[in-house]
Amino acid sequence: MSSTQGHAPLLEMHGIVKTFPGVRALDGVDLDVRAGEVHCLLGQNGAGKSTLIKVLAGAHQPDGGRITWRGEEVTLGSPQAAMSLGIATIYQELDLVSGLTVADNIFLGREPARFGITRAAVANAAASRLLTRLGHPEIRPTAEVGSLSAAAQQMVSMARALSQDARLIVMDEPSAVLDNEEVERLFAVVRDLTASDVAVVYISHRLEEIRQIGDRITVLKDGATVATGLPTRETPTREVITLMTGRAIEYVFPERRARAASDQAPLLEVQGLSLRGSFSDVSFSVRPGEIVGLAGLVGAGRSEILETVFGARRATTGTVRVGGKRLRTGDVGGAVAAGVGLAPEERKSQALLLGDSVYRNISISSLARFARGGFLARGSERAAASEQVRSLDVRPADVDREVRTLSGGNQQKVVLARWLLRECRVLLLDEPTRGVDVGARSEIYALVRDLADRGVAVVVVSSEIPEVLGLADRVLVVADGAVVAEERADALDEHRVLDLVMEGTAHQGVPVPATTQHEGDVA
Amino acid sequence: MSSSTTATTGEVTGGSAAPAGRGREPRGPGLMAGPVGRNLGLVVALVILCVVGLITAGDRFADVDNVLTILRGASIVGVVSIGMTFVIIGGGIDLSVGAIAALSSVWATTLATQQLAEDVHWIVMVVTALVVGAVAGLVNGVVIAYGKLAAFIATLAMLTAARGLAEILANRRTQIVRDSDFLDFFSGDVLGVPTLVIIFALVSVAGWVLLNRTTFGRRTFAVGGNAEAARLAGIRVQRHTVKLYVLSGITCGIAAVMIMGRTTTGSSTHGTLWELEAIAAVVIGGTLLIGGRGTIVGTVLGVIIFFTLGNVFTLNDLSSSAQAVARGIIIVAAVLLQQRLATGSFTFRRPGDGGSPTGAAVAQGSPAGAVSGGTSDPGGPGGARPGLPPT
Repeated sequence: MSSTQGHAPLLEMHGIVKTFPGVRALDGVDLDVRAGEVHCLLGQNGAGKSTLIKVLAGAHQPDGGRITWRGEEVTLGSPQAAMSLGIATIYQELDLVSGLTVADNIFLGREPARFGITRAAVANAAASRLLTRLGHPEIRPTAEVGSLSAAAQQMVSMARALSQDARLIVMDEPSAVLDNEEVERLFAVVRDLTASDVAVVYISHRLEEIRQIGDRITVLKDGATVATGLPTRETPTREVITLMTGRAIEYVFPERRARAASDQAPLLEVQGLSLRGSFSDVSFSVRPGEIVGLAGLVGAGRSEILETVFGARRATTGTVRVGGKRLRTGDVGGAVAAGVGLAPEERKSQALLLGDSVYRNISISSLARFARGGFLARGSERAAASEQVRSLDVRPADVDREVRTLSGGNQQKVVLARWLLRECRVLLLDEPTRGVDVGARSEIYALVRDLADRGVAVVVVSSEIPEVLGLADRVLVVADGAVVAEERADALDEHRVLDLVMEGTAHQGVPVPATTQHEGDVA
Repeated sequence: MSSSTTATTGEVTGGSAAPAGRGREPRGPGLMAGPVGRNLGLVVALVILCVVGLITAGDRFADVDNVLTILRGASIVGVVSIGMTFVIIGGGIDLSVGAIAALSSVWATTLATQQLAEDVHWIVMVVTALVVGAVAGLVNGVVIAYGKLAAFIATLAMLTAARGLAEILANRRTQIVRDSDFLDFFSGDVLGVPTLVIIFALVSVAGWVLLNRTTFGRRTFAVGGNAEAARLAGIRVQRHTVKLYVLSGITCGIAAVMIMGRTTTGSSTHGTLWELEAIAAVVIGGTLLIGGRGTIVGTVLGVIIFFTLGNVFTLNDLSSSAQAVARGIIIVAAVLLQQRLATGSFTFRRPGDGGSPTGAAVAQGSPAGAVSGGTSDPGGPGGARPGLPPT
């Protein structure tokens, strides 16, 4: 690490701001990257990592802030501009043309040619050299990219970056599709690159991996940098997680009801639920009026559990009962009919009809109620939706407004209004305050508690541990697809949850990386 | 629980009122973004077309008989276009409409059917055509919704299969309709308005009501607009998709009866290229090929514009080849115009997916997003790739 200390910053980003309609995706991000270092970018889903790397790649134009490249202020006005400076990005969904050969992909748009005739031999030879440099001489330049493994495809992407003489390579969760051995080889390539003074911005959710490969860490949360330049090896994992998940502001959580709802029979009963490759043997029950929270890190299987309970995914084994009646697995319509509602994680793509009006979004799950012989009584439909809009205080209170023009918090209220109108008995909330600004969060919390007080059984999933602890009555800690603990929320604190998460992860046998083995290569 | 709903929530929100977030930017849509505005544009186009007709062909164009000729021509494809509108709003496409109509017309005019019709009533032929259309649509729908085939492929297969079956049934001969009551009814008129035009009008009105006033219509918009959101809202998307194709098949059956009345025959060659005319009419009418948006009024205007154009060309003794070229231009012009008029509501660029640069786009020197937006297909307002909607 000390070797990187002397380098002047290759890239400096200062106070980067980027807003989208209704959302402030980046709100003052600082990042500095030195030549020859591996700089890790950490943050929960929605923290702004993707937006930041798109700004860096020239795909998004920031609304504010300064970018300095090798000491000069620059504008990354287009992907080409970024590329010509030497910034290459390897996206998570690899952007390769699967029907073309390896060499074709590496030189796409810059094919070696003479008089318009491409020179395949030249391209193949050059591709071969690049792949050899990356330590993968076994990838044939003439192979079709679609026939390659994910790891090999990633190498092709990397070869493309190298062929463009990149000084900075951004890797967005490169290890997500790789197995352990492939990750080791990827790391070897990354070390090679940094040895020749190329800088790497490395994004991953796997903290152990970052400890192994990274030099410094920058943590993003809610679109802002909460810590930058942390030395990878000296920063305790817990501190990193706390930075990622901790609350930036004290939110106001509604008071829990005085009496515990232990006298009533459970409304939602989940028994031995498993989804292959995701989670296994999850059991819990929720009584009317109770809020149960699922806490854990990204990728632990929390969202999958909710979606499987709802029937959006087909369970491998296990049962879900609502009010004693067993639900058919994989049948969303049946779940909704039984009174279950889901506010999914990706509001825009999974819940909303963005181009439609607010009232249509609210009534879509309750159409039958407003229909007589299939014909909609639109007057009462709009009136009912208006009533929800008023009582949830959706702003602006205009039911004819296109839902896409609402802010995140108000969009979330529209989704909640949909299930309120449906009079659902079991409400599943996946990241209920994702993309919701600070002011609206407390409102959402109050709303959820109010629903519970009216006898709804609520399950909340959140990446923010304080949110789960503050909102829920009872908390299940999920690690690596299994419930590792179940406690009353007021008997837990954030550190205890993190300990449980880490213990759980260790028990589940996630490979402990051989850190020492490679230490010498980097330092 | 329902009765207490309002009261309690009112209290709570009153107590915790906090400033609403950002995102109060004005409504973005352009000048003619609403459905009414878009259709107004079509009316203007139709008026311009009529003025051109009046100038170049004068009285021959303004003649009542000529107007009825236009409408009669438009009515048959018009009925098919209504069904097509539903399918396309629902996020699909139906290439098999012409072939299904041909098959229906042949099945409704086989010796056996006509014999039965003679014994009972000509309504037997009508029912046969409708049932054949509905069953063919059912096959389409099941293959698409449950077989997970792309609608484009499934209906392309139906296109060739249905026409082949029609040829087998008819033994490649044209079958004459013998029932004179049937012919009298469908070639007749009511108060001077041809029966075919009345059928078109009835189907259009029924289609409008179905799309705008029923749960079925609302679900169609939802399924086409965001199938995943519709599914997670509890709509049975697969079942609904099947219904859409059945509906399209039924309109093909109606069109088959109409063409039998008009030509006095059932034939495997009926309905050639109807799929293209219907899709063109729907697209001119402002329905998004990616689904989720569209209007019946737009489709009706689109069909009428399409056939008025042909009429103006014919009156001016221009060749049908020139007409075909002009139609092609009209399709592109109509869609381009609508995109310009409706910027804001038509650009489906969401934060996040709007600018994701594929390496190909970058390397080819085109700005992000232009790759999909620049496809040559006329039917892709909003830059989405048309034709192969997800099922």
